[in-house]
Amino acid sequence: MTVVNENYILEVKNLTKDFPGVRALDDVTFRVRRGEIHCLCGENGAGKSTLMNVISGVLPHGSYEGQVLFHGREARYRSVRDSERDNLAIIHQELALSPYLSIYENIFLGHIKPRFGIINWSKLIVDSKQYLQKVGLSEDPDTVVSKMGVGKQQLIEIARALSKKVELLILDEPTSSLNDAESEKLLQLILDLKNEGITCIMISHKLNEILEIADTITILRDGRTVNSYDVKATQVSEPVLIQDMVGRDIKHRFPEKKHVVGETVVMEVRDWTVYHPEYPDYAVVKKASFKVRKGEILAFCGPMGAGRTELMMSIFGHSYGSKCSGAVLVHGQERIFHSPRDAMEAGIAYVSEDRKELGLILLQDVKTNITNSSLKKISRSGIINRDQEVIEAEKYRKALSIKTPSIDQIVRNLSGGNQQKVVLGRVLMVDPEVFIVDEPTRGIDVGAKYEIYTILNDLAARGKSIIMISSEMPEAIGMADRIYVMNDGRIKGELNREEASQEKIMTMALRKVQEN
Amino acid sequence: MIAHENKSGLQTFLNIAKANLRNFSMFLILGLIMAGFAFLTHGVNLNPRNFTYIFIQNSYIEILAIGMLLVIVIGNIDLSVGSLSGFMGSVAVIMFNRTDIGFLPTVALTLLVGFAIGAYQGYWIAFVKIPAFIVTLSGMLLFKGLNYIITNVTPVTPKSDVFKEMASGTIDFLKTKAPVALAIFKPAQGEVHLLPLILGVLIIFYIVMNSIVDRSNKIKNEFQTLPMSYFLIRLLAVSGIIMLLSVQFARYRGLPTIAAILGVTAVILTFVTKSTIFGRYIYAVGGNQRSAKLSGINSERIIFLVHVIMGGLCGLAGMAFAGYMNSALPDAGKDFELEAIAACFIGGASTTGGIGTVIGAIMGGLVMGTINNHMSIMNIGTNWQYVVKALVLLFAVWYDLFARKKAGIV
Repeated sequence: MTVVNENYILEVKNLTKDFPGVRALDDVTFRVRRGEIHCLCGENGAGKSTLMNVISGVLPHGSYEGQVLFHGREARYRSVRDSERDNLAIIHQELALSPYLSIYENIFLGHIKPRFGIINWSKLIVDSKQYLQKVGLSEDPDTVVSKMGVGKQQLIEIARALSKKVELLILDEPTSSLNDAESEKLLQLILDLKNEGITCIMISHKLNEILEIADTITILRDGRTVNSYDVKATQVSEPVLIQDMVGRDIKHRFPEKKHVVGETVVMEVRDWTVYHPEYPDYAVVKKASFKVRKGEILAFCGPMGAGRTELMMSIFGHSYGSKCSGAVLVHGQERIFHSPRDAMEAGIAYVSEDRKELGLILLQDVKTNITNSSLKKISRSGIINRDQEVIEAEKYRKALSIKTPSIDQIVRNLSGGNQQKVVLGRVLMVDPEVFIVDEPTRGIDVGAKYEIYTILNDLAARGKSIIMISSEMPEAIGMADRIYVMNDGRIKGELNREEASQEKIMTMALRKVQEN
Repeated sequence: MIAHENKSGLQTFLNIAKANLRNFSMFLILGLIMAGFAFLTHGVNLNPRNFTYIFIQNSYIEILAIGMLLVIVIGNIDLSVGSLSGFMGSVAVIMFNRTDIGFLPTVALTLLVGFAIGAYQGYWIAFVKIPAFIVTLSGMLLFKGLNYIITNVTPVTPKSDVFKEMASGTIDFLKTKAPVALAIFKPAQGEVHLLPLILGVLIIFYIVMNSIVDRSNKIKNEFQTLPMSYFLIRLLAVSGIIMLLSVQFARYRGLPTIAAILGVTAVILTFVTKSTIFGRYIYAVGGNQRSAKLSGINSERIIFLVHVIMGGLCGLAGMAFAGYMNSALPDAGKDFELEAIAACFIGGASTTGGIGTVIGAIMGGLVMGTINNHMSIMNIGTNWQYVVKALVLLFAVWYDLFARKKAGIV
């Protein structure tokens, strides 16, 4: 006889889920107590998102083996609509708001209850205000969503969930694209919701956040549950969690440096100014000047919207902005890049922070993605030597230890960390002198992060120059030889490895620079 | 994540067959259609004469489908190909009739004009970045109008039969009336054409040798290869299809000139798409234009060139159609664009770009052409042919969506 355990709002029993060629979840058991904040962590590809997709009905009943019990009853959701009816809401990493609709329309989208087929819009506007208030937004409900920042959009998603009388809220990496202040606000909100009796499952890579708010922490690895900690009962620390996640002991978060910074300045940028593509009077980057030496790792720090990505993309063959002025010097010679191709021919490569949209071709396989930028190296008079191509792709798969069944695997089916390695593989094959890597470890788990750091260090040791944009200050401090701090489109200052600290970076970013 | 391991050989074989189902399902479907109609028409549809006619009746659509495939893979659409090929047919015939330059220079000049028109449309699409749908919709109206203007809204008949020969004639030297050959091949008109047979054998020989060398190279380099059984069955099937075609052509009037032209075009563009940097760039730009651009690919140039090629193929298709009708018609080319687009999608191209093969587009065109032809034999009119083709298109794309979802590519 089964006893319905009233303590658990959600129980997942012996869940197994297969994707073509891959077992994503393997006999997973997972329990969430009523009213708790339950954090789920694990490396990319550990199966966290798959588990959440099963629970919320994104993956329909019947496509997996095992049981999902919600309120002690078996949930057989065929779609997200079914799970929403049970007051379960999931907020995905990629936000699902309709960008050209207003806040209140988004809040009630999909569950507007019209009277006699007529929607009472003014009532919706009034109603939406109470939900906005709950999540701490003071915006006019009529504001179009696309005009708001990612942080605020995230809050609207939560307001939307609240308007559906949610009992169990699932958040998939809610803070991955938020800055520190926004993250703090969001975490406080989650704690407030807990006080109102809403149960919350949160997936996150940020262990400090997890330790701050979690009641229970469950760790997934390779599709299996490794451990589950009751935070009140046991002492849990970051190293313990990391060890569980990667299955080995990582003593240091950053690999040891082996490189020596050279003397030669490889690339120099002078007075670089870039204007917004749609508002040509608005300068996004203002008179930025910097230089990078042979075998040096530079980091660009600063809050979101500081202009770091815009600076780098506009340097990389005018990929951003309506017009730009200033000079790029490569080995002391001024160069003008009209396209990314020109920049690559001058020995500069750029790895975007948005690997899915700007780095990879998701529907192509690993091999093609790696070789796309350097087909000339494996071809004669425009004809590709396809055997050579396989050899080259295999070389990078091994060198970067990309985890994939084969190099013919479609890149979309790889985990985030492995996708990032594929992008790096493509750039490595080009063999440039300067690597510009934009948030190279965003959305990547601890183990893969370490591997990416090792790759960057090795490149520096081989005399390559690395320019790394990073929003995580510990990462910048741990990796860089020199740090430039940006804010409001300006380079506010420069710090050496020895003098850098989080406090100094923050102070530098916020200090006023005299306008010329 | 844990990859599944399949130990049994049969299981592996079935898995590979499943993974490659889309590659040969078009052949299966075409075979099934032919077999079905063979039952309904007591085999009339399979006689050598009809076999030859399927090619003669459809080649201009197939030529357009090849170009359209490139356009669709790059993520665009070309609505102008119908009226453009109509216009090009008239340009060719009028040029041929009013000058003394002769046939081959006319062909060359027409192709050049086609490329130039392709460049005109490609310029607006690639560099000015006006959506291809709009540019080619404008082109559709433009070339329809120009065709009326230059033909004076009356059909123009070529002054000699060369156009007709190109479109409906055959290459008919090397034939024999030897009793042995007659006994073996039972030809339709008392003689056996040797050229298609010789070509068929040579092509099969080339393919077999090439596959063997390629396979042994792969094994030497320790690459993954398909299992021997799968390799052999595929080789056998390909050889069988080529042999079947050669024998059927040999039994009627020899190799249709237009089939030879189509074959050469298809081989060139298959090679271009599969083995050249340019081809790879087409798929990259179609798969994700912004990623391609940041990977150092000059995507504007690639898009431009694809539309240039499409223009040239419109020139070729236009001449073929004028020859097939033995006349440049003011209304020529109506609905060709729709047939070509349908051929690509039936042949497995993705509506969002980045996926599709030349051979798939040709097979898609053949499926539709065969349905047309076979239904005509049964005296079922165009009205019902439209209905059947409509359903085939819908089901083919539905099946693709389903298959891609399973493979995790959507």
